Amino acid sequence: MKFPVFPIDQDPGSNFGELLKRVGLSPFADYANVSQLDIPHATTCVAVRCAGGVVMAGDRRATSGNLISHRTMEKVVQADDFSGVAIAGAAGPAMEMVKLFQLQIEHYEKVEGQPLSLEGKANQLSMFVRNNLPAAMQGLMVVPIFAGYDAHVEQGRLWDYDATGGRYEETDFVATGSGQLHASTVLRVSWRRDISVGEAIELVSRALWEASDADSATGGPDVLRGIYPVVASITKDGFSRVPDSDLASIYSVITTGVQQR
Amino acid sequence: MSMPYYVAPEQMMKDRADFARKGIARGKSLVALQYSEGIAIIAENPSNTLRKSSEIYDRIAFAGVGKYNEFDSLRVLGVRSADLKGYQFSREDVDARSLANQYAQIIGQTFTHEVKPLEVEILVAELGVTPAGDQLFHIMYDGTVIDEKPFIVIGGDTDTIKTKVAAAFKDNLSLQEVCNLARAALSSDERKLHASDLEVTLLQRNGSRRCFKRLAEDSLAALLN
Repeated sequence: MKFPVFPIDQDPGSNFGELLKRVGLSPFADYANVSQLDIPHATTCVAVRCAGGVVMAGDRRATSGNLISHRTMEKVVQADDFSGVAIAGAAGPAMEMVKLFQLQIEHYEKVEGQPLSLEGKANQLSMFVRNNLPAAMQGLMVVPIFAGYDAHVEQGRLWDYDATGGRYEETDFVATGSGQLHASTVLRVSWRRDISVGEAIELVSRALWEASDADSATGGPDVLRGIYPVVASITKDGFSRVPDSDLASIYSVITTGVQQR
Repeated sequence: MSMPYYVAPEQMMKDRADFARKGIARGKSLVALQYSEGIAIIAENPSNTLRKSSEIYDRIAFAGVGKYNEFDSLRVLGVRSADLKGYQFSREDVDARSLANQYAQIIGQTFTHEVKPLEVEILVAELGVTPAGDQLFHIMYDGTVIDEKPFIVIGGDTDTIKTKVAAAFKDNLSLQEVCNLARAALSSDERKLHASDLEVTLLQRNGSRRCFKRLAEDSLAALLN
Protein backbone atom coordinates (compact mmCIF):
# COMPACT_ATOMS: atom_id res chain seq x y z
CA MET A 1 0.00 0.00 0.00
CA LYS A 2 1.12 3.53 -0.76
CA PHE A 3 0.07 6.61 1.15
CA PRO A 4 -2.73 8.43 -0.68
CA VAL A 5 -1.10 11.86 -1.04
CA PHE A 6 -2.89 14.56 -3.08
CA PRO A 7 -2.10 18.11 -4.20
CA ILE A 8 -3.98 20.65 -2.10
CA ASP A 9 -6.56 21.45 -4.81
CA GLN A 10 -7.40 17.76 -5.24
CA ASP A 11 -7.55 16.78 -1.59
CA PRO A 12 -10.73 14.80 -0.85
CA GLY A 13 -10.98 16.15 2.72
CA SER A 14 -13.14 13.94 4.91
CA ASN A 15 -15.18 12.49 2.03
CA PHE A 16 -14.49 8.76 1.75
CA GLY A 17 -16.40 8.39 -1.55
CA GLU A 18 -14.27 11.09 -3.17
CA LEU A 19 -11.14 9.44 -1.79
CA LEU A 20 -12.16 6.15 -3.43
CA LYS A 21 -12.66 7.95 -6.75
CA ARG A 22 -9.22 9.60 -6.52
CA VAL A 23 -7.48 6.27 -6.00
CA GLY A 24 -9.49 4.58 -8.75
CA LEU A 25 -11.74 2.44 -6.55
CA SER A 26 -15.00 4.20 -7.39
CA PRO A 27 -17.84 2.04 -6.14
CA PHE A 28 -20.38 3.75 -8.40
CA ALA A 29 -19.50 1.92 -11.58
CA ASP A 30 -21.78 1.90 -14.61
CA TYR A 31 -23.71 -1.31 -14.73
CA ALA A 32 -24.48 -2.98 -18.03
CA ASN A 33 -28.11 -3.75 -18.69
CA VAL A 34 -28.74 -6.23 -15.94
CA SER A 35 -32.51 -6.03 -15.77
CA GLN A 36 -32.78 -9.48 -17.34
CA LEU A 37 -30.63 -11.07 -14.64
CA ASP A 38 -32.26 -12.63 -11.61
CA ILE A 39 -30.48 -10.67 -8.94
CA PRO A 40 -31.33 -11.22 -5.27
CA HIS A 41 -33.72 -8.59 -3.99
CA ALA A 42 -34.32 -7.71 -0.38
CA THR A 43 -37.78 -6.68 0.69
CA THR A 44 -39.82 -5.22 3.55
CA CYS A 45 -38.36 -2.82 6.11
CA VAL A 46 -40.15 -0.51 8.54
CA ALA A 47 -39.22 2.13 11.09
CA VAL A 48 -41.40 3.88 13.68
CA ARG A 49 -40.80 6.74 16.01
CA CYS A 50 -41.58 6.09 19.66
CA ALA A 51 -41.11 7.72 23.05
CA GLY A 52 -37.36 8.30 23.45
CA GLY A 53 -36.20 6.95 20.11
CA VAL A 54 -36.98 4.85 17.06
CA VAL A 55 -37.51 1.17 16.34
CA MET A 56 -36.48 -0.37 13.01
CA ALA A 57 -37.25 -3.80 11.60
CA GLY A 58 -36.66 -5.79 8.44
CA ASP A 59 -37.53 -9.31 7.32
CA ARG A 60 -34.76 -11.78 6.41
CA ARG A 61 -35.73 -13.03 2.96
CA ALA A 62 -33.93 -12.27 -0.30
CA THR A 63 -35.58 -13.43 -3.52
CA SER A 64 -34.41 -13.95 -7.10
CA GLY A 65 -37.54 -13.91 -9.20
CA ASN A 66 -39.84 -16.51 -7.64
CA LEU A 67 -37.04 -18.29 -5.78
CA ILE A 68 -35.86 -17.66 -2.25
CA SER A 69 -32.15 -17.00 -2.55
CA HIS A 70 -31.29 -16.22 1.05
CA ARG A 71 -33.12 -16.77 4.32
CA THR A 72 -30.91 -14.89 6.73
CA MET A 73 -30.25 -11.51 5.12
CA GLU A 74 -29.79 -8.68 7.57
CA LYS A 75 -31.50 -5.64 6.10
CA VAL A 76 -31.39 -3.55 9.25
CA VAL A 77 -27.81 -2.58 9.91
CA GLN A 78 -26.22 -0.43 12.56
CA ALA A 79 -24.69 2.64 10.91
CA ASP A 80 -22.98 3.94 14.06
CA ASP A 81 -23.73 4.14 17.80
CA PHE A 82 -26.91 6.16 17.37
CA SER A 83 -28.27 5.36 13.93
CA GLY A 84 -29.23 2.52 11.67
CA VAL A 85 -30.06 1.89 8.01
CA ALA A 86 -32.68 -0.46 6.62
CA ILE A 87 -32.51 -1.36 2.95
CA ALA A 88 -34.86 -2.74 0.34
CA GLY A 89 -33.88 -3.37 -3.27
CA ALA A 90 -31.13 -5.18 -5.16
CA ALA A 91 -29.08 -6.94 -2.49
CA GLY A 92 -25.59 -6.47 -3.99
CA PRO A 93 -25.65 -2.69 -4.48
CA ALA A 94 -27.63 -2.28 -1.24
CA MET A 95 -25.02 -4.08 0.85
CA GLU A 96 -22.24 -2.13 -0.84
CA MET A 97 -24.09 1.11 -0.16
CA VAL A 98 -24.49 0.29 3.52
CA LYS A 99 -20.82 -0.68 3.84
CA LEU A 100 -19.76 2.59 2.20
CA PHE A 101 -22.15 4.57 4.34
CA GLN A 102 -20.79 3.05 7.57
CA LEU A 103 -17.25 3.74 6.40
CA GLN A 104 -18.09 7.31 5.40
CA ILE A 105 -19.51 8.09 8.85
CA GLU A 106 -16.50 6.62 10.62
CA HIS A 107 -14.02 8.18 8.18
CA TYR A 108 -15.55 11.61 8.65
CA GLU A 109 -15.47 11.26 12.43
CA LYS A 110 -11.80 10.27 12.43
CA VAL A 111 -10.58 12.87 9.95
CA GLU A 112 -12.61 15.74 11.40
CA GLY A 113 -12.26 14.72 15.03
CA GLN A 114 -16.00 14.87 15.70
CA PRO A 115 -19.02 12.90 14.48
CA LEU A 116 -21.42 14.02 11.75
CA SER A 117 -24.81 15.29 12.93
CA LEU A 118 -27.80 13.00 12.37
CA GLU A 119 -29.10 15.34 9.67
CA GLY A 120 -25.65 15.28 8.02
CA LYS A 121 -25.71 11.48 7.94
CA ALA A 122 -29.19 11.45 6.39
CA ASN A 123 -27.98 13.89 3.74
CA GLN A 124 -24.91 11.81 3.04
CA LEU A 125 -27.02 8.70 2.47
CA SER A 126 -29.18 10.67 0.05
CA MET A 127 -26.08 11.37 -2.05
CA PHE A 128 -25.23 7.68 -2.11
CA VAL A 129 -28.75 6.83 -3.32
CA ARG A 130 -28.52 9.53 -5.98
CA ASN A 131 -25.16 8.21 -7.16
CA ASN A 132 -26.81 4.83 -7.59
CA LEU A 133 -29.42 6.28 -9.98
CA PRO A 134 -27.78 4.99 -13.21
CA ALA A 135 -27.80 1.50 -11.70
CA ALA A 136 -31.41 1.99 -10.53
CA MET A 137 -32.37 2.78 -14.12
CA GLN A 138 -30.93 -0.61 -15.05
CA GLY A 139 -33.08 -2.35 -12.49
CA LEU A 140 -30.72 -2.23 -9.48
CA MET A 141 -32.90 -0.02 -7.33
CA VAL A 142 -31.87 0.59 -3.70
CA VAL A 143 -34.31 2.33 -1.36
CA PRO A 144 -33.12 2.76 2.22
CA ILE A 145 -34.67 4.04 5.42
CA PHE A 146 -32.42 5.94 7.80
CA ALA A 147 -33.29 6.37 11.47
CA GLY A 148 -31.49 7.41 14.58
CA TYR A 149 -31.51 9.17 17.91
CA ASP A 150 -30.72 12.86 17.63
CA ALA A 151 -28.97 13.95 20.82
CA HIS A 152 -29.53 17.65 20.01
CA VAL A 153 -33.32 17.45 20.03
CA GLU A 154 -33.39 14.38 22.34
CA GLN A 155 -35.71 12.33 20.19
CA GLY A 156 -35.75 9.75 17.42
CA ARG A 157 -35.87 10.89 13.79
CA LEU A 158 -36.44 8.97 10.60
CA TRP A 159 -36.07 9.49 6.86
CA ASP A 160 -37.10 7.63 3.75
CA TYR A 161 -35.68 8.02 0.26
CA ASP A 162 -36.68 7.57 -3.33
CA ALA A 163 -34.48 6.19 -6.12
CA THR A 164 -33.35 9.67 -7.17
CA GLY A 165 -31.93 10.43 -3.74
CA GLY A 166 -35.00 12.40 -2.65
CA ARG A 167 -34.92 12.57 1.14
CA TYR A 168 -38.10 12.87 3.17
CA GLU A 169 -38.16 13.20 6.92
CA GLU A 170 -41.13 11.36 8.44
CA THR A 171 -42.57 12.24 11.81
CA ASP A 172 -44.41 9.00 12.57
CA PHE A 173 -43.46 5.83 10.72
CA VAL A 174 -42.24 4.60 7.35
CA ALA A 175 -42.19 1.36 5.38
CA THR A 176 -40.28 0.38 2.25
CA GLY A 177 -39.98 -2.60 -0.10
CA SER A 178 -42.44 -4.99 -1.73
CA GLY A 179 -44.51 -5.51 1.45
CA GLN A 180 -44.59 -1.77 2.12
CA LEU A 181 -48.33 -1.37 1.60
CA HIS A 182 -49.40 -4.08 4.05
CA ALA A 183 -46.81 -3.16 6.64
CA SER A 184 -47.63 0.54 6.56
CA THR A 185 -51.37 -0.18 6.88
CA VAL A 186 -50.72 -2.00 10.15
CA LEU A 187 -48.55 0.88 11.37
CA ARG A 188 -51.13 3.45 10.28
CA VAL A 189 -53.90 1.73 12.25
CA SER A 190 -52.02 1.18 15.52
CA TRP A 191 -49.36 3.87 15.77
CA ARG A 192 -49.77 6.45 18.55
CA ARG A 193 -47.60 9.47 19.33
CA ASP A 194 -46.71 8.22 22.84
CA ILE A 195 -46.01 4.59 21.96
CA SER A 196 -43.27 3.07 24.15
CA VAL A 197 -40.18 1.27 22.84
CA GLY A 198 -41.59 -2.11 23.90
CA GLU A 199 -44.94 -1.43 22.22
CA ALA A 200 -43.16 -0.22 19.09
CA ILE A 201 -41.17 -3.48 18.94
CA GLU A 202 -44.44 -5.44 19.07
CA LEU A 203 -46.01 -3.16 16.46
CA VAL A 204 -43.21 -3.55 13.90
CA SER A 205 -43.19 -7.32 14.46
CA ARG A 206 -46.90 -7.40 13.68
CA ALA A 207 -46.45 -5.16 10.62
CA LEU A 208 -43.83 -7.55 9.21
CA TRP A 209 -46.08 -10.52 9.98
CA GLU A 210 -48.95 -9.04 7.95
CA ALA A 211 -46.57 -8.10 5.12
CA SER A 212 -45.15 -11.63 4.98
CA ASP A 213 -48.66 -13.06 5.12
CA ALA A 214 -49.70 -11.20 1.96
CA ASP A 215 -46.41 -10.70 0.07
CA SER A 216 -44.46 -13.74 -1.15
CA ALA A 217 -41.16 -11.81 -1.30
CA THR A 218 -41.29 -10.98 2.43
CA GLY A 219 -40.17 -13.65 4.86
CA GLY A 220 -42.15 -14.34 8.03
CA PRO A 221 -40.80 -15.70 11.31
CA ASP A 222 -39.21 -19.09 10.58
CA VAL A 223 -39.86 -21.04 13.79
CA LEU A 224 -38.51 -24.25 12.29
CA ARG A 225 -35.05 -22.77 11.71
CA GLY A 226 -35.25 -20.18 14.49
CA ILE A 227 -34.91 -17.24 12.05
CA TYR A 228 -36.69 -14.05 13.12
CA PRO A 229 -36.75 -10.57 11.60
CA VAL A 230 -34.04 -8.12 12.62
CA VAL A 231 -35.60 -5.65 15.07
CA ALA A 232 -33.55 -2.91 16.71
CA SER A 233 -34.26 0.05 18.94
CA ILE A 234 -32.19 3.23 18.94
CA THR A 235 -32.49 5.42 22.04
CA LYS A 236 -30.21 7.66 24.06
CA ASP A 237 -28.48 4.46 25.21
CA GLY A 238 -27.55 3.64 21.62
CA PHE A 239 -28.36 0.99 19.05
CA SER A 240 -29.64 -2.25 20.51
CA ARG A 241 -30.80 -5.31 18.64
CA VAL A 242 -33.79 -7.19 20.09
CA PRO A 243 -32.70 -10.77 20.91
CA ASP A 244 -34.33 -13.65 19.02
CA SER A 245 -35.73 -15.08 22.26
CA ASP A 246 -37.83 -11.91 22.77
CA LEU A 247 -39.01 -12.01 19.17
CA ALA A 248 -39.92 -15.70 19.55
CA SER A 249 -42.31 -14.87 22.39
CA ILE A 250 -43.75 -11.85 20.54
CA TYR A 251 -44.43 -14.01 17.48
CA SER A 252 -45.95 -16.82 19.51
CA VAL A 253 -48.50 -14.29 20.82
CA ILE A 254 -49.17 -13.05 17.26
CA THR A 255 -49.61 -16.55 15.83
CA THR A 256 -51.92 -17.54 18.71
CA GLY A 257 -54.01 -14.45 17.93
CA VAL A 258 -54.15 -15.43 14.25
CA GLN A 259 -55.30 -18.96 15.17
CA GLN A 260 -58.18 -17.54 17.18
CA ARG A 261 -59.38 -15.23 14.41
CA MET B 1 28.92 31.79 -13.86
CA SER B 2 28.32 31.10 -10.23
CA MET B 3 29.84 28.05 -8.61
CA PRO B 4 27.67 26.05 -6.21
CA TYR B 5 29.17 25.65 -2.78
CA TYR B 6 30.19 22.16 -1.81
CA VAL B 7 28.61 20.94 1.39
CA ALA B 8 29.66 17.54 2.70
CA PRO B 9 26.70 15.14 2.92
CA GLU B 10 27.53 14.47 6.59
CA GLN B 11 27.28 18.16 7.31
CA MET B 12 24.04 18.51 5.37
CA MET B 13 22.38 15.65 7.23
CA LYS B 14 23.63 16.94 10.54
CA ASP B 15 22.26 20.42 9.83
CA ARG B 16 18.89 19.00 8.89
CA ALA B 17 18.80 16.74 11.94
CA ASP B 18 19.70 19.67 14.20
CA PHE B 19 16.99 21.76 12.61
CA ALA B 20 14.35 19.04 13.07
CA ARG B 21 15.43 18.29 16.63
CA LYS B 22 15.26 21.96 17.58
CA GLY B 23 11.75 22.23 16.17
CA ILE B 24 10.61 19.14 18.06
CA ALA B 25 12.23 20.27 21.31
CA ARG B 26 10.18 23.47 21.24
CA GLY B 27 6.99 21.40 21.69
CA LYS B 28 5.82 19.30 24.60
CA SER B 29 6.51 15.59 25.06
CA LEU B 30 4.26 12.60 25.34
CA VAL B 31 4.40 9.13 26.87
CA ALA B 32 2.71 5.93 25.70
CA LEU B 33 2.65 2.96 28.05
CA GLN B 34 1.06 -0.41 28.46
CA TYR B 35 -1.32 -0.71 31.39
CA SER B 36 -3.66 -3.36 32.74
CA GLU B 37 -6.43 -2.79 30.16
CA GLY B 38 -4.39 -1.83 27.10
CA ILE B 39 -2.28 1.13 26.02
CA ALA B 40 -2.44 4.68 27.40
CA ILE B 41 -1.11 7.70 25.51
CA ILE B 42 -0.55 10.66 27.80
CA ALA B 43 0.59 13.99 26.40
CA GLU B 44 1.24 17.39 27.80
CA ASN B 45 -1.18 19.48 25.78
CA PRO B 46 -2.83 22.62 27.11
CA SER B 47 -5.18 22.77 24.12
CA ASN B 48 -8.49 21.00 24.37
CA THR B 49 -9.17 21.15 20.63
CA LEU B 50 -5.86 20.68 18.82
CA ARG B 51 -5.20 17.05 19.59
CA LYS B 52 -1.90 15.24 19.67
CA SER B 53 -3.20 11.69 19.80
CA SER B 54 -6.15 10.29 17.92
CA GLU B 55 -7.79 7.27 16.37
CA ILE B 56 -6.56 5.74 13.12
CA TYR B 57 -8.45 2.46 13.05
CA ASP B 58 -10.21 -0.08 15.24
CA ARG B 59 -7.11 -1.01 17.26
CA ILE B 60 -4.63 1.61 16.06
CA ALA B 61 -3.87 5.02 17.53
CA PHE B 62 -1.63 7.81 16.35
CA ALA B 63 0.25 10.46 18.32
CA GLY B 64 2.58 13.18 17.21
CA VAL B 65 4.82 15.84 18.72
CA GLY B 66 6.45 18.84 17.11
CA LYS B 67 4.80 21.02 14.50
CA TYR B 68 1.03 20.58 14.68
CA ASN B 69 0.16 21.10 11.01
CA GLU B 70 2.79 18.59 9.94
CA PHE B 71 1.81 15.73 12.23
CA ASP B 72 -1.88 16.42 11.69
CA SER B 73 -1.55 15.94 7.93
CA LEU B 74 0.37 12.72 8.64
CA ARG B 75 -2.53 11.64 10.86
CA VAL B 76 -5.07 12.22 8.07
CA LEU B 77 -2.87 10.26 5.65
CA GLY B 78 -2.88 7.37 8.12
CA VAL B 79 -6.68 7.42 8.49
CA ARG B 80 -7.10 7.42 4.71
CA SER B 81 -4.61 4.67 4.15
CA ALA B 82 -6.14 2.49 6.88
CA ASP B 83 -9.75 3.05 5.74
CA LEU B 84 -8.83 2.31 2.11
CA LYS B 85 -7.02 -0.86 3.09
CA GLY B 86 -9.92 -2.02 5.26
CA TYR B 87 -12.40 -1.31 2.45
CA GLN B 88 -10.33 -3.03 -0.19
CA PHE B 89 -9.41 -6.07 1.89
CA SER B 90 -10.71 -6.71 5.40
CA ARG B 91 -10.67 -4.86 8.70
CA GLU B 92 -8.23 -7.35 10.22
CA ASP B 93 -5.70 -6.69 7.45
CA VAL B 94 -5.06 -3.16 8.70
CA ASP B 95 -1.95 -3.21 10.89
CA ALA B 96 0.31 -0.74 12.63
CA ARG B 97 3.56 -2.15 11.27
CA SER B 98 2.67 -1.42 7.66
CA LEU B 99 1.41 2.06 8.65
CA ALA B 100 4.64 2.73 10.55
CA ASN B 101 6.65 1.74 7.47
CA GLN B 102 4.61 4.04 5.25
CA TYR B 103 5.14 6.89 7.70
CA ALA B 104 8.86 6.13 7.81
CA GLN B 105 8.96 6.27 3.99
CA ILE B 106 7.29 9.63 3.73
CA ILE B 107 9.16 11.22 6.65
CA GLY B 108 12.52 9.80 5.46
CA GLN B 109 11.84 10.96 1.91
CA THR B 110 11.07 14.48 3.11
CA PHE B 111 14.16 14.49 5.34
CA THR B 112 16.58 13.80 2.49
CA HIS B 113 14.86 15.31 -0.55
CA GLU B 114 12.83 18.32 0.51
CA VAL B 115 14.02 21.79 1.39
CA LYS B 116 12.86 21.43 4.97
CA PRO B 117 12.64 18.22 7.01
CA LEU B 118 9.45 17.55 8.96
CA GLU B 119 9.77 18.78 12.54
CA VAL B 120 7.81 15.87 13.98
CA GLU B 121 8.17 12.59 15.78
CA ILE B 122 5.26 10.23 15.74
CA LEU B 123 3.98 7.17 17.49
CA VAL B 124 1.81 4.43 16.00
CA ALA B 125 0.32 2.08 18.58
CA GLU B 126 -1.59 -1.09 17.96
CA LEU B 127 -3.53 -2.97 20.60
CA GLY B 128 -3.01 -6.72 20.40
CA VAL B 129 -5.53 -9.37 21.42
CA THR B 130 -3.26 -10.02 24.42
CA PRO B 131 -0.70 -7.64 25.97
CA ALA B 132 2.06 -9.65 24.25
CA GLY B 133 0.60 -8.59 20.91
CA ASP B 134 0.71 -4.85 21.65
CA GLN B 135 2.95 -2.84 19.35
CA LEU B 136 4.42 0.63 19.84
CA PHE B 137 6.31 2.17 16.90
CA HIS B 138 8.33 5.31 17.27
CA ILE B 139 9.10 7.12 14.00
CA MET B 140 11.77 9.83 14.17
CA TYR B 141 12.13 13.00 12.10
CA ASP B 142 14.56 11.28 9.70
CA GLY B 143 12.39 8.22 9.11
CA THR B 144 14.08 5.92 11.60
CA VAL B 145 11.58 3.40 13.01
CA ILE B 146 12.02 1.88 16.44
CA ASP B 147 9.64 -0.52 18.14
CA GLU B 148 9.71 -0.15 21.88
CA LYS B 149 7.84 -1.79 24.71
CA PRO B 150 6.45 -1.45 27.33
CA PHE B 151 6.65 2.34 27.00
CA ILE B 152 7.75 5.08 24.62
CA VAL B 153 8.61 8.71 25.25
CA ILE B 154 8.68 11.07 22.29
CA GLY B 155 9.33 14.79 22.09
CA GLY B 156 11.92 17.21 23.38
CA ASP B 157 13.60 16.34 26.65
CA THR B 158 13.02 12.60 26.44
CA ASP B 159 16.00 11.41 28.50
CA THR B 160 14.84 12.94 31.77
CA ILE B 161 11.27 11.77 31.22
CA LYS B 162 12.40 8.29 30.19
CA THR B 163 14.47 7.90 33.36
CA LYS B 164 11.50 8.94 35.51
CA VAL B 165 9.09 6.58 33.71
CA ALA B 166 11.55 3.67 33.81
CA ALA B 167 12.05 4.12 37.57
CA ALA B 168 8.33 3.88 38.34
CA PHE B 169 7.02 1.58 35.59
CA LYS B 170 5.71 -1.90 36.40
CA ASP B 171 3.62 -4.35 34.41
CA ASN B 172 -0.15 -4.27 34.88
CA LEU B 173 -0.49 -0.82 36.39
CA SER B 174 -4.05 0.45 36.68
CA LEU B 175 -5.29 3.41 34.64
CA GLN B 176 -5.07 5.62 37.71
CA GLU B 177 -1.48 4.52 38.37
CA VAL B 178 -0.27 5.13 34.79
CA CYS B 179 -1.96 8.54 34.65
CA ASN B 180 -0.23 9.62 37.86
CA LEU B 181 3.06 8.10 36.75
CA ALA B 182 2.97 9.94 33.43
CA ARG B 183 1.88 13.17 35.06
CA ALA B 184 4.84 12.99 37.44
CA ALA B 185 7.22 12.14 34.58
CA LEU B 186 6.01 14.96 32.34
CA SER B 187 5.96 17.54 35.16
CA SER B 188 9.13 19.40 36.01
CA ASP B 189 10.31 20.58 39.42
CA GLU B 190 9.09 24.11 38.69
CA ARG B 191 5.80 23.18 37.12
CA LYS B 192 3.36 20.50 38.21
CA LEU B 193 0.88 19.50 35.51
CA HIS B 194 -2.88 19.32 36.12
CA ALA B 195 -5.71 17.56 34.35
CA SER B 196 -6.25 20.58 32.11
CA ASP B 197 -2.63 20.39 30.88
CA LEU B 198 -2.88 16.74 29.88
CA GLU B 199 -4.44 14.84 27.02
CA VAL B 200 -5.11 11.17 27.71
CA THR B 201 -6.27 8.69 25.08
CA LEU B 202 -6.58 4.95 25.48
CA LEU B 203 -6.69 1.79 23.43
CA GLN B 204 -8.78 -0.45 25.64
CA ARG B 205 -8.95 -4.23 25.41
CA ASN B 206 -12.68 -4.33 26.12
CA GLY B 207 -14.04 -6.49 23.32
CA SER B 208 -15.63 -3.71 21.30
CA ARG B 209 -14.60 -3.12 17.67
CA ARG B 210 -13.34 0.43 18.10
CA CYS B 211 -10.95 0.33 21.05
CA PHE B 212 -9.94 3.99 20.98
CA LYS B 213 -11.20 6.22 23.78
CA ARG B 214 -10.50 9.80 24.77
CA LEU B 215 -10.56 10.44 28.51
CA ALA B 216 -12.60 13.51 29.42
CA GLU B 217 -10.91 16.17 31.52
CA ASP B 218 -13.16 15.66 34.55
CA SER B 219 -12.65 11.89 34.60
CA LEU B 220 -8.90 12.48 34.36
CA ALA B 221 -9.07 14.99 37.20
CA ALA B 222 -10.80 12.35 39.34
CA LEU B 223 -7.94 9.93 38.69
CA LEU B 224 -5.05 12.27 39.48
CA ASN B 225 -4.05 12.53 43.12
